[in-house]
Amino acid sequence: MSIYLNRETRVIVQGITGRMAQFHTKDMIEYGTNVVGGVVPGKGGETVHGVPVFDTVKEAVEATQANASLVFVPPPFAADSIMEAADAGIRYCVCITDGIPAHDMIQVKRYMMRYPRDRRMVLTGPNCAGTISPGKAMLGIMPGHIFLPGNVGIVGRSGTLGYEAAAQLKERGIGVSTSVGIGGDPINGSSFRDILEQFENDDETHVIAMIGEIGGPQEAEAAAYIQNHITKPVVAYVAGLTAPKGRTMGHAGAIISAFGESASEKVEILTAAGVTVAENPAVIGETIASVM
Amino acid sequence: MDIHEYQAKEVLSNFGVKIPAGALAYSPEQAAYRAREMGGEKWIVKAQVHAGGRGKAGGVKLCDNDQEIQSACEEMFGQKLVTHQTGPEGKGIYRVYVEAAVPIDREIYLGFVLDRSSQRIMIVASAEGGMEIEEISEKRPESIVRSTVEPAVGLRDFQAREIAFDLGIEPALTQAMVRTLQGCYRAFRELDATMVEINPLVITHDNRVLALDAKMTFDDNALFRHPQISELRDKSQEDPRESRAADRGLSYVGLDGNIGCIVNGAGLAMATMDTIKLAGGEPANFLDIGGGATPERVAKAFRLVMSDKNVQAVLVNIFAGINRCDWVAEGVVQALKEVQVDVPVIVRLAGTNVEEGQKILAKSGLPIIRATTLMEAAERSVSAWKSDNPSNVEAV
Repeated sequence: MSIYLNRETRVIVQGITGRMAQFHTKDMIEYGTNVVGGVVPGKGGETVHGVPVFDTVKEAVEATQANASLVFVPPPFAADSIMEAADAGIRYCVCITDGIPAHDMIQVKRYMMRYPRDRRMVLTGPNCAGTISPGKAMLGIMPGHIFLPGNVGIVGRSGTLGYEAAAQLKERGIGVSTSVGIGGDPINGSSFRDILEQFENDDETHVIAMIGEIGGPQEAEAAAYIQNHITKPVVAYVAGLTAPKGRTMGHAGAIISAFGESASEKVEILTAAGVTVAENPAVIGETIASVM
Repeated sequence: MDIHEYQAKEVLSNFGVKIPAGALAYSPEQAAYRAREMGGEKWIVKAQVHAGGRGKAGGVKLCDNDQEIQSACEEMFGQKLVTHQTGPEGKGIYRVYVEAAVPIDREIYLGFVLDRSSQRIMIVASAEGGMEIEEISEKRPESIVRSTVEPAVGLRDFQAREIAFDLGIEPALTQAMVRTLQGCYRAFRELDATMVEINPLVITHDNRVLALDAKMTFDDNALFRHPQISELRDKSQEDPRESRAADRGLSYVGLDGNIGCIVNGAGLAMATMDTIKLAGGEPANFLDIGGGATPERVAKAFRLVMSDKNVQAVLVNIFAGINRCDWVAEGVVQALKEVQVDVPVIVRLAGTNVEEGQKILAKSGLPIIRATTLMEAAERSVSAWKSDNPSNVEAV
């Protein structure tokens, strides 16, 4: 099945007229993604790469029955756009934008809780590379060709490190069911735990690869969840063994500020939960192959 | 972004948090003058640096008169204060804050943080003020009171009262405590802070609730909407290489090793550093040049990495997705022609059009050491560094 995204998913791009958004919209369409429209306030009626642009997400959903959205809106306005998508009935939203204020994300998370579970939007990101179900559809900025279709579910914070893992798998002829970027921000839409739950329930996913990094409690929360609820083999890598305490390493969320947030502590917690940990990033592919 | 104690106190007092009388000084004479102007019998002279642990490091002095204030200041100004938070290089003292000493009955710890588990603002308080929160959670964990704020309605007064009662504040001071908590919360929320810490918050003999120390950190991503906070930035407290990088839109963290790193993506940058360490080397820096590895960015990155005199080899690790390897390779070649790099350069490209990229590097005639895998790149960097610096290796 893959998770969140397949050939039938009807996608709109919020902020579609921007330079980056136009470039990646073209790439997504060429990959086979069913892009049905875009949203830019005040540019309704235009077209980009043959798809219609609407003024509001609500109009776009009414006209196209879109159920997924990709947010390319600049940081000051991105939180508003995510809430607009949630309100218009979008079910799955990926936010690429890097640099959204953390307080805005707190508001976004609270806002999404207004909707009952069966109507609530799932958000992944912000500050991520997106989600891809190889051979089916792509919602993001990743190079599609480095992913083979297959049975490994990937979830990670980092874009290029995720590509590294996918490329190592491709080299071994191993494919991916879905790869989800949850992003490098301290307050994000979905956690490792949320995505692990999806992969556990996905028939097409046989092995789960989790690529974490320093900072925050989500790897430790995932470890507890894996121990109690995940039956599929899980492989993990945690970046930042050499990162000093108290310094932000690029991603706003990559900072060791409390116990359990360093890479070595996370490795220990994951190992204790029965996760197979790849000891360095060069052997992620090899380690996944070893548990298949 | 961090700010100084005196700035945090000014910000918080604008939101109704009470602080002792105090004034900023840029010289010993000015400090003594400020104290006279303020009046009182005892004063505290406090070095203004962006770090905690100032008291133990000699950055906070209690003084009885002009003379003592002057000499305390003379010992501080122009010196580097080394605390357990600054690292061995310390932070320069260019400003001091002179504050009227107050008679203290009780010390309380009060902190506001972005709690990543609940994804909300969390208040952390303890009746064991004066100690650092790490020490409190180790020695007196049962004294810690926590409360999270529902974002839709903000901090409610009843929550603030609960905290006051849990801390054992006497009923007559509950209102003053609520005002302090609400002031901190509003400052935190309205100014996009990521941390507010008052340690200690004191109750004086004459029953006032005062912030004796204050620390605030702000969300860099939200500074665009708070120009008055951006102005409080003090570059003298930052690593000059990191400020320079930030001004150029690069994300850089200086470390103590000697293998410089140029990588695209934060996760891959950390992973590259880890691999260098596993191969027996020490990374000199974290550097994420972002998604688009344009020739200009690569050149900027080389200049920045080479400005660290400890760097004895440079490892470039780029995973080119949308930006093809051939284009990135041309950027590297162009950068190496522009920037003088007199240490071994190791380049590892992966992703789209990797063969074409390798060909461009090979044809360039530049002494670039090429690698295909991440491990190979790290190993070659370490061995290039070793063969280039045999004397250093023996010392290690």
